[in-house]
Amino acid sequence: MTAKQPLLSVQNLHAKVEDKEILKGVNLEIFPGEVHAIMGRNGSGKSTLSYTLMGHPRYIVTEGKILFKGVDITAMTPDERARSGLALAFQYPVAIPGVSVSNFVRASVNAVRGKDVPIKEFRTELKEQMKKLGVANEFLGRYINDGFSGGEKKRLEILQLALLKPALAVLDETDSGLDIDALKTVSEGINNLSNPETAILLITHYQRILNYVEPQFVHVFQDGRIVKSGGGELSKELEARGYDWVSQELTPSGVS
Amino acid sequence: MSAELIQDQSIGNIGNDYSQYGFQDKEDYIFKSGRGLTEEIVRKISSMKNEPEWMLKYRLRALEIFLKKPMPKWGNCGLLDSIDFENIFYFVRSSERSEKNWDDVPEGIKQTFDRLGIPEAERKFLAGVTAQYESEVVYHSIREDLLAQGVIFLDMDTGLREHEDIIRKHFGTVIPAADNKFSALNSAVWSGGSFVWVPEGVRVEIPLQAYFRINAENMGQFERTLIIAEPGSYVHYIEGCTAPTYSTDSLHSAVVELIAKPGSHIRYTTIQNWSKNVYNLVTKRAVADTDAKVEWVDGNLGSKLTMKYPAIHLIGERAHGEVLSIAFAGEDQHQDAGAKMVHAAPNTTSMIVSKSISKNGGRTSYRGLVKVHPNCPGSKSNVKCDALLLDEKSRSDTYPTMEIDEKDVTIEHEATVSKVGEEQLFYLMSRGLTQDEATAMIINGFFEPFTKELPLEYAVELNRLIQLEMSGSVG
Repeated sequence: MTAKQPLLSVQNLHAKVEDKEILKGVNLEIFPGEVHAIMGRNGSGKSTLSYTLMGHPRYIVTEGKILFKGVDITAMTPDERARSGLALAFQYPVAIPGVSVSNFVRASVNAVRGKDVPIKEFRTELKEQMKKLGVANEFLGRYINDGFSGGEKKRLEILQLALLKPALAVLDETDSGLDIDALKTVSEGINNLSNPETAILLITHYQRILNYVEPQFVHVFQDGRIVKSGGGELSKELEARGYDWVSQELTPSGVS
Repeated sequence: MSAELIQDQSIGNIGNDYSQYGFQDKEDYIFKSGRGLTEEIVRKISSMKNEPEWMLKYRLRALEIFLKKPMPKWGNCGLLDSIDFENIFYFVRSSERSEKNWDDVPEGIKQTFDRLGIPEAERKFLAGVTAQYESEVVYHSIREDLLAQGVIFLDMDTGLREHEDIIRKHFGTVIPAADNKFSALNSAVWSGGSFVWVPEGVRVEIPLQAYFRINAENMGQFERTLIIAEPGSYVHYIEGCTAPTYSTDSLHSAVVELIAKPGSHIRYTTIQNWSKNVYNLVTKRAVADTDAKVEWVDGNLGSKLTMKYPAIHLIGERAHGEVLSIAFAGEDQHQDAGAKMVHAAPNTTSMIVSKSISKNGGRTSYRGLVKVHPNCPGSKSNVKCDALLLDEKSRSDTYPTMEIDEKDVTIEHEATVSKVGEEQLFYLMSRGLTQDEATAMIINGFFEPFTKELPLEYAVELNRLIQLEMSGSVG
């Protein structure tokens, strides 16, 4: 059996926003079939990581690189990354007035799949996924994220990912602002994205979602990098003992 | 033969070779006006068209006014003052229009035709290479429907010949010659344009289209259009097209008058995409009586300078007026557009939505007036103007004016200026769209309140045109 290539390989990644360095040497490897969780306090740089992975123009990589499917994507535009199989579910999806959900989703699916999906086929898939995620039909005609509640926005993010079928789905605090029912539905949607060929990177603040989307690997993010990694039980320990425990544990070895 | 010609003409020259019917028996009178504008030219225009004496007098009075009136001191004076009135042909019969060479048509325009998938025959027409365009079979059945309903839809020249009384009663009542220098010019040398009369209570369900599928006369420099909707009637008139229209005539100065009698509804949709050498200075005004409704849906995509402020005078109680306008200004373009709403009766309502985009140093201006006369309580007006600047070079200005002489009114005005949001771009790009595709999508979304009011084929064409503009492959 040959060694599998990591789907994502982040190597010593440093990144800054407006001249402030936020990522200070992130190292991470994700293989197909895995579910990873990154947990950390607000301000630790978790969202910056997701934006940098997706290629937001304001987030400038100053050192290190990102390899996706063995290819260096560090200099690629966001759409190039999307077309190579990377997708990000945003924490605060922005509204685009005048652009309907159906038009946008269809354009996006066609762009990522690299060809125009026949309308009928697309509609069938779309309806199926909408049903699974509890997204009402009337959303198709509404302008994307315009006047949507937090829960509606999150469902729509997962809906899009369900249709795009990314090799790696990065989910940025998808659980924030969701009630328990929405959380269960959205989690099911996330789990459906996962199969032996794909991987999931869940960025979160709270343990709660990890009860439904169970990670094999949990990483603690602090001061712009991963300071501790472990298996699924690490998240439960964090919940019980708080993030301070991690800092205290690390200080003696001089890592900060 | 003449009886048959009249029968056909009474439904209008939709798609027909105009010169065949209009001037067949005048062929021996070859005329091409020299450059510049003189009384002699005006007389010749009138006699060529076989007009009644009163129209000739009207034209001559208008000429006097035009010659005396100074140029406007507002607006883009730099460009306006560069118009060389002496160097313009004021009248050319379409049959004598020298057929341009396809090779002379600018490359950018040919490429746009390609990308928009414009059929071969239409391309030549739009480019001014041929003066005529063959009609399609579908128009024959539309003509029969109109005939059955008693609707009159003719070119203005024929309208004047066949319905002199109606025209004499209404012509110039909404926009008098003296209104402004360019309405005076039009009143002196007008030619072509449409005459529409809808009988009481009749609803014309199919939009009346006067765009390139008619003929060159209707795209003339000095069109004169008059639409009269009798009480309780409805009509939707559409002119122009999104495809770029190449004209060597550099001055286009049309006058459009709409008369909406009590309880009637007129919607007038225009999309212009004149080539970048054209000055498009248009006076459009409507009068809306009791319980009547008028909508101007106005798309300005082309020309070097457009100055156009569709106006509605709400003269009867509960009359309602709307102007929905978009403007797109690219390099070397100035779209100076807006609206005027005059409330001259109680409980009248108006709405203005103006959306403009400037790119590559283009300039858009919104110039609007909301006027409420005294003793018009219950008047309501809502103005929303949004400008989008796509880069640092481009410019947008807003000149709103309010003259409110009545206390019991509700007037709202909202204006925004923005650029394409970075976060919006990132979101769309993260879903696989290239930067150009994402920008085009955001822009289409910006124009959506306008686009959704267009008939489907226009909306589709407009969206495609915007995508082309964004990909930078159209100049």
